[in-house]
Amino acid sequence: MNSAPLLETRGLTVRFGAVVAVNKVSVRIDRGDVVGLIGTNGAGKTTFLNMVTGYLRPTGGEILLDGRSTLGRSPRELVAHGMARSFQVPQLFPEMTVREHLLFALALADGSAGGLLKPLHSAQRQARAAEVLGRFGLQSIGERPVNLVPQGQRKLIDIAMALSLKPKLLLLDEPTSGVSSAEKMPLMEVVFDVIRASGVTVLFVEHDMDVVRRYVTRILAFRDGSMIADGAPGEVMRDTQVASAVLRGEAPAALAKAGAA
Amino acid sequence: MNSLRRTDACLLGLLAMLCAAAFVAPSWLMSLLAVALAKGLVALGLLLLLRAGLVPFGHALYYCLGGYVAGLGTPWLGIRDTLLLLALASLLSGGVAFVAGFLMRRYRGIFFAMLSMALSMILYGVLLKSQSLGSSDGFTVARASFFAVQTAGVGAIRSVYLLTAVVTLLAAWGVSRYLTTAMGHVGPAIRENEVRVAYLGCSPSRVIHMEYTASGALAGGAGALVAILVGQVDPGMGFWMTSGEFVFIAILAGAGGIWGSLAAAFVLEGIHAMAFEYAPQYWKFVLGATLLLLIVRFPSGLSSMLANRAGARS
Repeated sequence: MNSAPLLETRGLTVRFGAVVAVNKVSVRIDRGDVVGLIGTNGAGKTTFLNMVTGYLRPTGGEILLDGRSTLGRSPRELVAHGMARSFQVPQLFPEMTVREHLLFALALADGSAGGLLKPLHSAQRQARAAEVLGRFGLQSIGERPVNLVPQGQRKLIDIAMALSLKPKLLLLDEPTSGVSSAEKMPLMEVVFDVIRASGVTVLFVEHDMDVVRRYVTRILAFRDGSMIADGAPGEVMRDTQVASAVLRGEAPAALAKAGAA
Repeated sequence: MNSLRRTDACLLGLLAMLCAAAFVAPSWLMSLLAVALAKGLVALGLLLLLRAGLVPFGHALYYCLGGYVAGLGTPWLGIRDTLLLLALASLLSGGVAFVAGFLMRRYRGIFFAMLSMALSMILYGVLLKSQSLGSSDGFTVARASFFAVQTAGVGAIRSVYLLTAVVTLLAAWGVSRYLTTAMGHVGPAIRENEVRVAYLGCSPSRVIHMEYTASGALAGGAGALVAILVGQVDPGMGFWMTSGEFVFIAILAGAGGIWGSLAAAFVLEGIHAMAFEYAPQYWKFVLGATLLLLIVRFPSGLSSMLANRAGARS
């Protein structure tokens, strides 16, 4: 069994001029972990995620995926190494229908030249797309142009495309942002049903502490570009620095829930 | 009948009509149709790039290169067969496009358009200064043969016309098939959201490179066919106005599919010929005004108009 962490960052740093957006962050994420990344706006969470996924080049430090450095790797290579991501603002294709998004993602996940030269709407791929649409509860809107789909379902499509790649590590950037409070938990239930079934390792940025507390096995807390806490949810939420810098108004409720957990 | 089979049937029908025309049409009409078909061949290549949101303003480079390769194949290499000259022109143009593609694939938007024009103007400048290649006058292309059979007069025009029809419609068939594949959908996806394409594990640059190479090969083939048909090549084939004409056809066609590309090439050549015939003093004005009206009337290109009509019928 491979004992190396699935993802490891060592002293990861990025500067924008005089501003240090992420400062010497070292993290180890093991297989099967579901890690929540919390922090106030501007704490460096999305910047950290963007560096890990190769969207942003760090100015210092190292990133290892399955023991191999990913610095300078293209998104295509990172996906080939088992990484997939979703975006805070869902990154979709405005002229495609919901079903076509899944067909397209499944075709690219196939990756082989033979697969790419098969018709996009092949019967085999249609069957797989129908299965994915069903798992994410999107079958009723399969033929709808994605522009006419509400935000919560757009988030699901973005995540479904990422999961279609069968990644080892899935990074979700604020999966519930822009989603109404009533929709948040049902959306996350759908996503985590699929995640649990696939056994994929997850790192996700999230502001909603109820969502974090419910789904993660571990929390990383960021403040001003530095990591101030790393541990089990109850432990991190009881941390005084986290309570004052990250949770603020949510602290008493979150503490109570953490205590109950 | 699904859309692919309908496309195949329509292409076969069009090929039959074009072949039949070879035995009844006068030579001037065959020449006109052959040039229109060759430009349609260039437009099919541009269609691939246009779908990815890229407008190359320099495909005259490959068109001209193809023409010169066909012209030089006989005196330099002793190749007289039209099919061999065509294959050589396509291969070399595609090869040059492959090399240039390493640079082109890094750019998008206006930078892509201007860089491609810059490359074509380099070739134009080189040809203009090459005394051995006839400088601005170019040179006469030796009469080619078909499977060792030498044709002349109307027979030569008919042979090249028929070959152009077959090659262009074969290319149209190939492009129509490609557009239905997963790879064929990557271009529009790149235009809509390149970042997402990359994070689905596909390299947009590689796909653009591949499509740029294919479009270069198609333009090279078209240049060779026109050079053999006309019997003359000159640096004007590589001038930016020639590229502009191809871009015009591509924009008039739209990015909807092969029929727009073929229709736009026929429309442009038709208007060009009519305007030149009936208003020789004002043909550029007539051409410009007619094309302006067409674009205002069909802002998404002829392909969208054709698609709407097909949709309304089915």
